[in-house]
Amino acid sequence: MLRATLARFQQGYRTIPFPKVEPAMPDRFRGRPAIEREKCPVGCRDCAEACPTNAIMIDNQSLRLDLGRCLFCTDCVEACPEQAIRYTPEFRMSTNKREDLVMTGQTLELAKALANKTRRLFGRSLKLRQVSAGGCNGCEADVNVLNTIVFDLGRFGVQFVASPRHADGLLITGPVTENMKSALQNTYDAVPSPKIVIAVGACAIAGGPYFNHPEVHNGADSILPVDLYVPGCPPHPLTILDGLLRLLGRMETRASLAVSSD
Amino acid sequence: MPTARSTPASNGERIALKSLSRVSMGDFHTGVIDRVRGGARIAALFGQARGDGTARLFAVLADGAAGTLPLLSTDVIKEYPALTPECPQAHGFEREIAEQCGVTPQGHPWLKPIRFHAPVVRGATNFLRVEGEEIHEVAVGPVHAGIIEPGHFRFQCHGENVLHLEVALGYQHRGLERALVGGPNKRTIHYMETLAGDTSVGHATAYCQAVEALTDCQVPARAQALRGVALELERLANHTGDLGALAGDVGYLPAASFCGRIRGDFLNMTVLLCGSRFGRGFVRPGGVGFEVDDTRVAQLLERIEQALRDVTVATHLLWSTSSVRARFENVGTVSRKICNDLGLIGLAARACGVERDVRQEFPFGIYRFFQVPISTFHTGDVFARAYVRWLEIQRSVAFVRDQLKTLPGGSILAEAKSPVASAMVVSLVEGWRGEICHVAMTDEHGKFSHYKIVDPSFHNWIGLAMAMRDQQVSDFPLCNKSFNLSYCGHDL
Repeated sequence: MLRATLARFQQGYRTIPFPKVEPAMPDRFRGRPAIEREKCPVGCRDCAEACPTNAIMIDNQSLRLDLGRCLFCTDCVEACPEQAIRYTPEFRMSTNKREDLVMTGQTLELAKALANKTRRLFGRSLKLRQVSAGGCNGCEADVNVLNTIVFDLGRFGVQFVASPRHADGLLITGPVTENMKSALQNTYDAVPSPKIVIAVGACAIAGGPYFNHPEVHNGADSILPVDLYVPGCPPHPLTILDGLLRLLGRMETRASLAVSSD
Repeated sequence: MPTARSTPASNGERIALKSLSRVSMGDFHTGVIDRVRGGARIAALFGQARGDGTARLFAVLADGAAGTLPLLSTDVIKEYPALTPECPQAHGFEREIAEQCGVTPQGHPWLKPIRFHAPVVRGATNFLRVEGEEIHEVAVGPVHAGIIEPGHFRFQCHGENVLHLEVALGYQHRGLERALVGGPNKRTIHYMETLAGDTSVGHATAYCQAVEALTDCQVPARAQALRGVALELERLANHTGDLGALAGDVGYLPAASFCGRIRGDFLNMTVLLCGSRFGRGFVRPGGVGFEVDDTRVAQLLERIEQALRDVTVATHLLWSTSSVRARFENVGTVSRKICNDLGLIGLAARACGVERDVRQEFPFGIYRFFQVPISTFHTGDVFARAYVRWLEIQRSVAFVRDQLKTLPGGSILAEAKSPVASAMVVSLVEGWRGEICHVAMTDEHGKFSHYKIVDPSFHNWIGLAMAMRDQQVSDFPLCNKSFNLSYCGHDL
C-alpha cells in the first residue's frame, strides 16, 4: 500500500488541461493539410496521382481534398514539385456531415452540437458502445487511450460501456467488412433511441486504404446514419476528443476555423 | 534427417522462382514433417490456386538452429493428404489452403473455413461440442465488451470450468492479400501499415525488406539503425500497454493507470521520429522517410530514460503485490511441449521457456550487427507472459539507447527500383508479438503474383485456446490479454 502511494507521487499528475489550455502539438504531427493553390503549376496533377486513396481530386481549375479519405501520409507532400502542400498542427477536424470533409478552400465547417433535445439528453452524460468493423486496431487504440489518465474522458461525462443496451450511441471504426455488417447492424438496433453514431478514422468514413474492396462497405454511413465524422489514420486522440466535445456542445466557440498560417 | 530436397534460403534473400525445388507430394509431406520433427517450425504454408482444382503449395520452414529457411514446393490436384495429423502446427495453414485454393487436405481433423471468404457463408459450420448433462456452452462476440476488435469465442464448460475454447475469426477480413497481387503500387505500403495497426512498423519493415531484396536495394546503415529504433519503440509501447491492461484485468488500478499513460510516452517518441503515434510514414522501401537530427536524438534519449524510470516503478508494483501475483501465477498455462507442437512463436513461446526470436535466429537489418538477448521465462502462465514483457522492455530500452548513441552517418534512403521478374523472397521480422513472415513472389513483369502474410497471431490464437483448458471462464479476459493477439492481422 505504501509502495503504491509512493509510486503515485513518483508518477505525478498527468491529466492534460485540454480543452481549457491549447495543447502544443509535436512539430512533425500531421494535422489538417493546407494547400497553397497559387503555387500549383498549370495542369499539374502530381499530388492527385500520388494519393493512395484518391483523396485529392483535380478537375478543371478546382482542387478538392477529401479529409474523409485522407490517410495523412506524406505521399502528396513528397510528390508536389512546388511544396504547395503541407500539414498544419491543427488537430480539430471533426464534422457533422460527410460533405463538409471535402475541402475546397482553406476552411472547414467543424462539427456543431447536437440538436437541443438530444443534447439535453446526452450533453452531460454520453454512454457509447464501440464497434470495430474491420478496424486495424490503430483507431481502436487511440479511442481507448481517451480512457487513460492523460485524457480522462470520464471528466466530460463520456464513457464506453460494455453493452449496446446501456449505450446512447455507437462509435464505429473500420471500413465495415462484409463479415461484420450484420453484427454492426444488430448492435445498432440494440441501442435504444434516440441514438447517435460516430465514425472514427478514414476506414469508418470512406473505407480508408480498403475502399472499393468487395470485402468492405466503404464506411459506416453505407449502412447507418452518422452524426459525427472524425478524420485521420488514425485520428490523434485529441482530434477524437475535440469531436466528441463539439458534438456535446462543450466547444461552442471556434466553430469554424481558418487554417492557421504557421 | 530430412530427405526431400529443399531450396535453402535465408531471411531476406532473393531466389529465382525457377530454382525453387518442386518435389512430389510424398516428398513434400515427409520433407515438412521430418524437418519439424528435427526442430524446425512452419513459418508459412500456403497455396496458389491455379484453376481446374489444382494448386501449388509452398512451405517455408524456419530452422532456428541453422539460421536457414528451407523452402519446399509441390503441385496438388483437388486433394492431398493433410499434414496436420502428424504435424499439428499446420492446422491453421491447411484450413487456409482449403479455403483459398479449393483443394482438400484429406484427414484434417477440423477442416472448416478460417476467414469466411465469399462464397462461404458465415454460420454454415458447427463448433466443436462437448456433450453431457451438465455441459453448457458460452458464446462471446463478435462484438466485445471493451474497445477491441471483433472475434467469436465459443466455450464448452462444465460449471465454471472450461473444457474447450474454439476461436472463430474472420470478421475483420478486408481482402488484403488479394489486393496486393499486381503491386507494388501506391497503396501497397499503406496496406502494410494498416494490416495490423499496432504493428505498423513491424509489417512495414517486413514488406520493405522483401521489396529491397527484389530490387537489389542496399539500405543505408543509418536507416537500418533507425528502423531498429522504431521497431523497439513499437515493442515498448505495446508491452507497456499490455502490462497496464493485465493490471486492469485483475483490478489493480495503480499499475493500470501508470502503464496506460507510459505507453503514450513511448508512442509520442515515435511521433517525434515521424509525426505518427504508430510510426506511419517512417519505414519506406530503401530506408526511412524521416531524418532524425541530433536535437531529436537528444530528446529521445532523455525521454526514454524517463519512461524507463516510470515503467520500472509501475511494473515493480505488479511483481511486489501479492494479490496481483496470485492472479497471474498458474493461470493460463501453456506447456513447453504444446508450445513446440503447435509452433507458437514470439513472446508467447518465450514465456514457455522456448528461445525463439527472429532477431537472434534469422537476424535482419540492424540486428545483424547488434544483438538483443532473448528473454525467456519458464512457467508458461500469465505471469510468464507478463514478466517476459518486462524483461523485453529493459532490453529494448538498452538497444534503443545504444543505437541512438552510435547512429551511423550517411543517407537515410536509397532508391528502390522495380522488382526483378520471376523471383521470390521470404522476409522475417520480430514484431512485438513475434515472428512476422512475408513471402513475396513476382511474375514475369516484376509485379507481385502472390503475396503471403503470416502475422504472429496466426500461429498463436490456438495457444490462447490451449491456455484456457481447465481454467475458469472468468479468467478468459486475463488470458486473452496476456496473449493480446491481433484479429485483423489474422483475418487480413
